[in-house]
Amino acid sequence: MKSYLASRFVVLRDQERCIQCRVCVRQCGYDVHAYDSEAGDVFSCDERCVGCHRCVVFCPTQALSVRENPLSYRANANWRPEVMEDVLRQAETGGVLLTGMGNDKPYPIYWDHLVLNASQVTNPSIDPLREPMELTTFLGAKPEAVTLDPETGALATELPPQVPVAVPILFSAMSFGSISLAAQESLARAAAEAGTLFNTGEGGLHRSLHAFGEHAIVQVASGRFGVDPEYLEEGRMVEIKIGQGAKPGIGGHLPGEKVSAEVAATRMIPVGTDALSPAPHHDIYSIEDLRQLIYALKEATQYSKPVGVKIAAVHNVAAIASGIVRAGADYVAIDGLRGATGAAPKVMRDHVGIPIELALAAVDTRLRQEGIRHRVSLIAAGGIRNSADVLKAIALGADAVYIATAALVALGCRVCQMCYAGKCSWGIATQNPYLTRRINPSIGARRLANLLRGWSLEIQEMLGGMGINALESLRGNRLHLRAVGLSESEMRVLGVRPAGE
Amino acid sequence: MSDHDLLSSDPDQEIDAHGVHYRDLNARIRQALQRGPCQRLALRHVCGQRYIGTGLRSHVRIEIHGTPGNDLGAFMDGPTIIVHGNAQDGSGNTLNSGEIIVHGRAGDITGYAMRGGRIFVRDGVGYRAGIHMKEYAARRPVLVIGGTAQPFLGEYMAGGVVLLLGLNLQADEPHPTVHVGTGMHGGVIYVRGAIEDWQLGREVGRAELEEEDRVLVERLVYDFAGHFGGDPQAILRAPFVKLFPLYLRPYGNLYAY
Repeated sequence: MKSYLASRFVVLRDQERCIQCRVCVRQCGYDVHAYDSEAGDVFSCDERCVGCHRCVVFCPTQALSVRENPLSYRANANWRPEVMEDVLRQAETGGVLLTGMGNDKPYPIYWDHLVLNASQVTNPSIDPLREPMELTTFLGAKPEAVTLDPETGALATELPPQVPVAVPILFSAMSFGSISLAAQESLARAAAEAGTLFNTGEGGLHRSLHAFGEHAIVQVASGRFGVDPEYLEEGRMVEIKIGQGAKPGIGGHLPGEKVSAEVAATRMIPVGTDALSPAPHHDIYSIEDLRQLIYALKEATQYSKPVGVKIAAVHNVAAIASGIVRAGADYVAIDGLRGATGAAPKVMRDHVGIPIELALAAVDTRLRQEGIRHRVSLIAAGGIRNSADVLKAIALGADAVYIATAALVALGCRVCQMCYAGKCSWGIATQNPYLTRRINPSIGARRLANLLRGWSLEIQEMLGGMGINALESLRGNRLHLRAVGLSESEMRVLGVRPAGE
Repeated sequence: MSDHDLLSSDPDQEIDAHGVHYRDLNARIRQALQRGPCQRLALRHVCGQRYIGTGLRSHVRIEIHGTPGNDLGAFMDGPTIIVHGNAQDGSGNTLNSGEIIVHGRAGDITGYAMRGGRIFVRDGVGYRAGIHMKEYAARRPVLVIGGTAQPFLGEYMAGGVVLLLGLNLQADEPHPTVHVGTGMHGGVIYVRGAIEDWQLGREVGRAELEEEDRVLVERLVYDFAGHFGGDPQAILRAPFVKLFPLYLRPYGNLYAY
């Protein structure tokens, strides 16, 4: 069928600069560029371009640029180009529209309406260059109270398992399968260097990454891929995945094309079959059932490590989180509306769930009201872009945050949203060995560790500016936030006063 | 050594589970295994304790007298558990290797996501037994059910073998289960006795047993009779049918690329 879709991008090649070296031909995972040996020049098929800039960045003579196709439709606030293009794509395929990465629609970004405080005159700020700043965060349930041995002064209370992270920033779940092993190894190495954790997603822990088990959160999802006693023993924490911000309420399908021999070995499924993670866990239909799985995992790991639960932020998130705490989870990860994915139906990604800022504030408030906030750590996920977002999340009540998109951007990702195609020119969201070789895990880890170092320095600066020398003092301290340009009801949910008040 | 010989001798160690919380019971099982060589461990007066043998990596043989609770042998790697009584829900949840032999019935989601090992249930099983069973390389899990099953047997099945014997049914009485193999995309289900097409999921095909199927079924029936008694030849005389996935990728054409 003739496609009625116009190309999304236009590739501009400066013929005076182009030396026909064919780097672009080799770099593009989407076969945009080709060499015409008869004419002796390189040409481009614009309609295949996804706008990932791989060719632009690697062109040795800067001969290439990529523009959004300036094609104008008749202006229509209702029938915007994207809306019409989606209709055309479905008319031509009859399928569910797939997409990758997080929600790109212009929902309010509350981080950008929250501002942080700083000390002036009445309480001195602290200079983190000269004074110690404490960012270490202990993940895990906290006891009601602690008692000390009166003789020795040692802690007499038996603590639930605690996992310290040197920075309150963890790499969110990205499975081997959805991303390449080189990308996952980059995350693992960076987590080890920075003293934090990465998350295996529902893809098992590849044997080459067992050395990083101390820095791994191992995920248990409905498909139970790669889950065996060894996997549970290797991980530092165990996470039951109930939901994901990009696709609340549905499961995952890793298409057979991506189930290579290595992916198959790690997930422990046959090569080339679809890896279907059904929407629900078939042993969980209630909070009581969730408790059963939490304690099954605690029994299997002999109560040696925190067992957490990841959910998507949905309308009743506060009540759900309360139930999860009562079910015995040691941490709750909440993934908001802008959380990303390797593949999700576009309609789910763009229309289901609520923003993380509101969800986080609602959950923290609810757990405090019920007197059970100490029984879990809260991890906020879905749309954390920089160190200011991290700090605002902590002030809203998070113990730590998950980042994924920011980490992939550090590895070269341009958020082209084509992860599901498996052709990623940056070697991230692909299993094609020609493409995955592009990521050198030690260089990838360097980029990621640099990012965490930069954010952590900025967090120390901002904390010091507020006159705070320990992150713990900011946690849930919403008086250090003010709202700009938000409605009364939004401020009520966020528990934040307007700027100037 | 046959089951009978083993049972007529004394176990190496015993634990009285009366009134013991599951957490303490499992700790005591692990302690017992650490104390020294223990090939057979008997648990007496078990009454609903969950997670017995969960995550256990050993080759011990655990004999349970009474009724174990949910998630019996979940994530288990190696042990043999023999239940002299009924088992509840989630037995063999994500079982890695080892055996669970139930001299009675087992509840819902028996064998959920198991990827290795074998489960033998003398009587029937509850809903969604064998759901999302999977296999990899030489690991091919087996679930043998002497009685019949509630609906959604082998749902989402991705590998392994389910054998449904229907020994509690009258001659020509059909299996009461429906939606068998819904979403199935791997593995095989053998059914002894009558099952109609309308009882099967849309993704399921039906075939006569071939030689290799017959060899496998015969071996499993002999093992079943070894555990629970009965005449394997008599069991094998009834007709069997093989259910298999029609598509390895049932949802391959769902999406617009």
